[in-house]
This record gives sequence, structure tokens and C-alpha cells, in this order.
Amino acid sequence: MTRLKKTPKLGILTNGLVKENPVLVSLLGICPALAVSTQSSNALGMGIAATFVLICSNIAISSARGIIPKRVRIPCYIVLIAGFVSFVQMFVEAFAYPLYQALGIFLPLIVVNCIVFSRAEVFARKNSVINSAVDALGMGAGFTLALTAMASIREILGSGTWFGISIPLLSTYNIPIFTMAPGGFVVFAILIAIVNKVSRGKALRRTEFGCAGCPSEHNCGKGGQ
Amino acid sequence: MDVKHMIVIMMSAVFVNNYVLSQFLGMCPFLGVSKEIKNAAGMSGAVMFVMLIATAATWPIQHYILHEKGLDYLQTVVFILVIAALVQLTKIILKRYIPPLHDALGVFLPLMVSNCVIFGVTITNINNDYTFFEAVVNALGAGGGFFLAMILFSGIREHTQNADPPPSFKGIPLTLISAAILSLSFFAFGGVVENLFGH
Repeated sequence: MTRLKKTPKLGILTNGLVKENPVLVSLLGICPALAVSTQSSNALGMGIAATFVLICSNIAISSARGIIPKRVRIPCYIVLIAGFVSFVQMFVEAFAYPLYQALGIFLPLIVVNCIVFSRAEVFARKNSVINSAVDALGMGAGFTLALTAMASIREILGSGTWFGISIPLLSTYNIPIFTMAPGGFVVFAILIAIVNKVSRGKALRRTEFGCAGCPSEHNCGKGGQ
Repeated sequence: MDVKHMIVIMMSAVFVNNYVLSQFLGMCPFLGVSKEIKNAAGMSGAVMFVMLIATAATWPIQHYILHEKGLDYLQTVVFILVIAALVQLTKIILKRYIPPLHDALGVFLPLMVSNCVIFGVTITNINNDYTFFEAVVNALGAGGGFFLAMILFSGIREHTQNADPPPSFKGIPLTLISAAILSLSFFAFGGVVENLFGH
């Protein structure tokens, strides 16, 4: 057993929300962030679904951290995470069918979401169950926050509504390109540029997209880079 | 076997509904491994290869085992495990029998397990009720579309390296803006398939 570090719970929580925001600072989970952020309500639903999977997987992996052999830990994580994702999929299909249809393929794709993997690999397998759950909550909230912020910008500018409520002037003079693929890239680029500006370039420790947090990092030799 | 129908599926996967540029699948390799054309080509080769094998393996599993036995709810778990096992198997077989291909694609193969475009395409094939042949054609088209996007994008990035953007836009934001412009240019393909083949 590894020795547990004593870290204040509040620090772990805000770490995920602001300092290491998974989408805007660590640049993880970009596929769902770009794809479901066309409508605020979808983004919020996706955020909550991913947060649930994160909390469950972090708790399960942290509880089993003494049992899982180090060499086969990645397949073990995959099975655990896929199980929780299937549960969420069935739950959303049964109780929130419109959301199930809107998220489509991105709901099962939570399995390959880098945020879930990287928290398992970086945090849950080395920390206590409660700390891992708090970390998952923080990271999940950070993911949800970033997604909803992005979706709000895209929905307000692109279709003139916010959470489905139409905004007087903007609903007549909207810019549909924001709800399409290029708009997603541009809004994301501008948000990261703002993070860069506000933190004076300190927040983003990496200046390029890289392999950090990728579950295959250790066995791929950095993807040839 | 309607050839025209197959061409429509293929063309729409490569150009109109490009999985990378209009459906946001496979963003990590698209943004991460596109710095040099050589790496971009290796990565897309591995994606095309694994995508074909994964589709050929998961389609029969879904239709003859999971659906037959009423185990549809296990789809996510089974697919991800099958893909993970296939990737390992492919790596071993290539290393033993086709070493040149292994040298070219080897480093990228383990990345395929967590690549959302592979997993996404196998599930899309099931969701769209494709026949086996249609599914394989769609996988080919998706791989081709990924290849096209990667090569074009790495070409663009080699030029933007010497650009001088505002300081806050240096690096990642500039990369994303270039991706936006590339994605915008793919809009030009909208309607091409309908006009050519009258669908």
C-alpha cells in the first residue's frame, strides 16, 4: 500500500474546478466538449453523465487500488469504466430519452474519455476513497462548467436561445455558423486564448497538445513525437 | 449489392460527414500528432487499419452473439474489450509476419484502444443498421476521411509554425483556428453527393 498524502478536501475540489480545469487548462475530453456544446441543455446533461461516471470509477478504482496488479491495470480500468457507462446509458435512455437522442454516440464514448482515464491513472490509484471521490466531483464540475460555458456562447450567438429560451433581438439576428463545426473550434480557441491572457501564459504548462493524461502514454513512446 | 449506394456511403464518410472535421471524433490524434506529415501519415495508417479490422470483428459479434442472445446492453463493454484485444493481437501478428508495416505503425497502435474514432465508427455502423458490407465500406471511408484531414492539417501546421499571432493565441488557439478554417472549407462538399448521385 502506498502512503496516503494528507490534502485538504477543499483544495482538491477547487483544483478540478479552476486550477486544473480538465477542458480549458489540461485540454482533455475535447471531442465531447466540441461536439455536444451546440446546446446548453445537452452540455449540462453530458457534464452530469460524465461526472457520475467519474465519481463511480474513481471510487471503484481507489477502493480496488490494493487488488489490481500494476501491469494489467489499464484493462481493469477499461472494464470498470465501461460498466458504469453502460449503466448511465440505460438510465438516460429510460428517464431522459430526448437527451439520449441528442447526445447520441457521445454517451457510450464516455468510455474513451481521457478525463476519466487520467483521473484513474493520476489520482484514484494513489489516493484514499474519499479524496478520490472529491477529486472526481471537482473534475466533473470543472468539465460541466467548461462545457456549459462553451455551449452558452455557441447557443446564444448561433441560434439566439439559452437553455431553449429565446433571447429577443438575437433570435432574429443569429449567426448559425456558431452551432456548426467551425464555430466550435473558434469558440474553443478564443476561450483558451482568454485563459492564456488571464493567467499571463502560466496556466497552460503545455504549449502543444500532447500525450499527458492519455492512458496509453507509457506504452507508446509518446506517439512518435 | 448496389454499387452506387456504396459509393454514396463512402463519399459521405470521406467528404461530407468527415468524422474528424464535422463530427469531432478523434480530436486528440488530429490535434496532437499532426505536427509533421510523417507522423500524421503513420497515425492515419494505423487508424485505417485498426478501423477495418475492428468493424469486421464487432459487426458479427453484435449481430450473431449479442443481439441473438438479447445481450444488447453489453455492447459498450464488449466492443471496447474486443478493440483492445484486437489491437494487441494486430501488433503481435504484424511484428512477427510483416515487420516493415510494424515499424511504420507500431508506435501508434496502442493509442488505438482509447481512440474515439475507432469506437465511434463501430457503434455508428450498428446504430445505422448497416449490412456487413456497408459497415466495411463506411469504415474504409471513415479511415480515408481521417487520413485526408490529417495530411491536410499537418501541411497547414507546418506553415503556421512560422506565423506571428498575438501572444495569447500562440500555440494551441492558433492550431484550433486553423482547424476551424479547414473544417469550414469542407463545407464546400455539402450537397456534392446528392447532386452527383441524386439521393
